[in-house]
Amino acid sequence: MDTDHRPQTDGAVVAPDADAPPAAPPRIDCRDIRVFYGATQAIHNVSMSFPDRAVTALIGPSGCGKSTFLRCLNRMNDTIENCRVEGQILMDGQDINDHSIDAVLLRSRVGMVFQKPNPFPKSIYDNIAYGPRIHGLASGREDLDAIVEKSLRRAGLWEEVKDRLQAPGTSLSGGQQQRLCIARAIAVRPEVILMDEPCSALDPVATARIEELIDELRKRYCIVIVTHSMQQAARVSQRTAFFHLGNLIEMGETEQIFTNPREKRTEDYITGRYG
Amino acid sequence: MTDPAASAFSTPDALKRLKRRRAADVRFRLYGMGAIFLALGALVLLAMSIGAQAVSAATYHVVRYDITLDPAVITPPGEETPEEIARNVDGFWELLRDNLLATFPEANKDRAARMEVSEFVTRLAVLPTAKRVASQPQLLGNAITLKAPLNDDLDLYLKGQAFAERRVGTGAISGVLPQDDGSAQIEGQGAFAPIKTAMMTLEADGINLSEASVLLTSGSSTGRLHDIQSDSASIELLTGTLEAFQGSSATARIIALPEAQRVISDQQIAWTLALKDMDRISRVPRWSLLTNSDSTYPELAGGLAALVGSLFTMLVTALVAIPIGILAAVYLEEFAPKNRLTDFIEVNINNLAAVPSIVFGLLGAAVYINFLGMPRSAPLVGGLVLALMTFPVVIIAARAALKAVPPSVRSGALAIGASQMQTVFHHVVPLAAPGIFTGAILGMARALGETAPLLLIGMVAFVGDVPTSPTDESTVMPVLIYTWSNNAERAWEPMTSAMIVILLAVLLLMNGLVVFLRRKYERRW
Ligand SMILES: Nc1ncnc2c1ncn2[C@@H]1O[C@H](COP(=O)(O)OP(=O)(O)OP(=O)(O)O)[C@@H](O)[C@H]1O
Ligand SMILES: [Mg+2]
Repeated sequence: MDTDHRPQTDGAVVAPDADAPPAAPPRIDCRDIRVFYGATQAIHNVSMSFPDRAVTALIGPSGCGKSTFLRCLNRMNDTIENCRVEGQILMDGQDINDHSIDAVLLRSRVGMVFQKPNPFPKSIYDNIAYGPRIHGLASGREDLDAIVEKSLRRAGLWEEVKDRLQAPGTSLSGGQQQRLCIARAIAVRPEVILMDEPCSALDPVATARIEELIDELRKRYCIVIVTHSMQQAARVSQRTAFFHLGNLIEMGETEQIFTNPREKRTEDYITGRYG
Repeated sequence: MTDPAASAFSTPDALKRLKRRRAADVRFRLYGMGAIFLALGALVLLAMSIGAQAVSAATYHVVRYDITLDPAVITPPGEETPEEIARNVDGFWELLRDNLLATFPEANKDRAARMEVSEFVTRLAVLPTAKRVASQPQLLGNAITLKAPLNDDLDLYLKGQAFAERRVGTGAISGVLPQDDGSAQIEGQGAFAPIKTAMMTLEADGINLSEASVLLTSGSSTGRLHDIQSDSASIELLTGTLEAFQGSSATARIIALPEAQRVISDQQIAWTLALKDMDRISRVPRWSLLTNSDSTYPELAGGLAALVGSLFTMLVTALVAIPIGILAAVYLEEFAPKNRLTDFIEVNINNLAAVPSIVFGLLGAAVYINFLGMPRSAPLVGGLVLALMTFPVVIIAARAALKAVPPSVRSGALAIGASQMQTVFHHVVPLAAPGIFTGAILGMARALGETAPLLLIGMVAFVGDVPTSPTDESTVMPVLIYTWSNNAERAWEPMTSAMIVILLAVLLLMNGLVVFLRRKYERRW
């Protein structure tokens, strides 16, 4: 038995390897999101939802606000000076911006992987163990070892590092580091994983591994990924949202967006006619 | 097809630019090397001038005395307790002086001579012996051997640093004829010709020898020469016996500086040479520089009290400045909102770091001593004053170190649900630690060398006892250096240099600690 899900709020029993139905109920529901950096508005009234156990890709030209929007989902924008978020983000029906919600707890449920791999300058083991430790997820040394192993296995890194868990995380290759970061994120048993261009610093082989991993993780998590690669979006995602200048232009099934976009701007962008 | 790159490389214009660029390159390198040589030169000059002086102070001459601890002198009736023995410096000193008087009977001839022999050993030099005997009363009545430092001026003379002296050997002396007036006529074929030659050379060099002393030494006997001819001279015996010169080849010392202008007399030189010949004078490392406290006598003075004072002061400074500095830096850098108020605070911290240290001294005197009523001259107050001066430096260094931690570490920690506090103390501060330590230790090093503010809070007072707590009266090393350098006696000069070397050694130790900490922490990842 290798599920480590929290009990689902809807009470559904999760089969370990159940394939995600594309039309799962929304895990996160965003309504009228507006983000401001000082006086400039970076996101204009975006409303969209993210289904559980599916990958949603955010695409769009550089500077259109994908990262900004992604950061709303785990309130990382709170840490940015003079960044203001308005609107409602409901996770399991609760507004995550509500005063009663602690951003720290939220982030333990919504993990994030960054564009540049950023392992802590600690050992591989401590990189994974840090989250479970501060959240008190392990009841003892053995428990912690088990969490570390399981997380590394899920991230497809176990075989490569099992003999050198005490080596510094920064001694790994870029692709390995990124998988370490993914393992670090899933070690705290999140329900949602946000990925901001997780493969942009990696070569095609490492990228392929991460994509496989995403496909694997989709069975358990709600995943939101920002990518600049149309092929990647087409390969890994079930739903795709196209952003432009801070607006959500179009959102739909990935296949529909790539084969039959409703909007002209979407078509221009994915066919490469845009900038 | 002609390669456009090749032609662009070889156009006259490009070549000219290239030449100019290379010349600029070379010039810059020369400037850089020049600057480095200048800095190195200054360093070498400093090291040599201070080092040479300090080396001379690193050793000194001590005289061996074989004395019997006569109970009649050490424990006169009514003064027999150990405390009274320890306080009976005069008694012990008398024993040493009497020992010298016995060695040199001629010193008994008059008061002046007795005074001259008295100067050989400082009264306070017997204090360690007095304490020893007080704690071991069974020594009373027994013979003991003790070594006491030689008078500082004679010490300098033996080190050849007192005044210029020319030494020449004489030929064989064949006859010694005592005269009625107590002097003697000594003869030898051409025996004194070398002296005459040497004196002529000296005079040719423009040295005035009209009042020069010429001392002739053979074994432990020394006399003053007059009427020097090639074959004969008249000798006025200062110490020892005339017979010692019979048949010997003696050593003559020509001292151009008139006796009246010297702090040591020919007689004292004669006795010193005699003691040396008797193997009673030896040159030993001056550990007392580190084990004695300050004294008005250079041969007894040491820096222990100042060293301990500095230690206490630094302890107070470190305990106050480092935690405040680091916490303030962490708060300002990681937690404080960026607004006008924090900008204002930042500017003022920088201003504080630039305030001349003497101002902090005035502040300390006004606030700590006059207002809060803390003790004057105490390391506690000194440390607090220096802490005021140090903590802006620590804040600035620590903030720079915290700023250098990549933001990705912070967002990585925050993203897995670490609180800001956990992010800062688990990830950011450990990464910044080497930089923070470096800043802290360099700030402390600066405080260790500080003199001016401490003068104002009275840490310049003469301190003879090693302080045992931060509230005791005390001084610190740089202030001691300042005090010693103001003393008139020649012997203080090398002592001052030696103290400077000790201070520099402590500073080097601290800088070494910085390097060590950096290595240790940076090697980890
Ligand atoms: N910290 C910030 N302060 C002020 N403006 C910001 C900040 N971060 C982003 N912006 C602005 O917000 C807009 C959206 O930026 P964002 O980083 O979300 O774009 P993006 O879609 O992720 O681009 P890319 O594909 O290049 O990563 C941009 O115009 C950017 O200039
Ligand atoms: Mg981005």
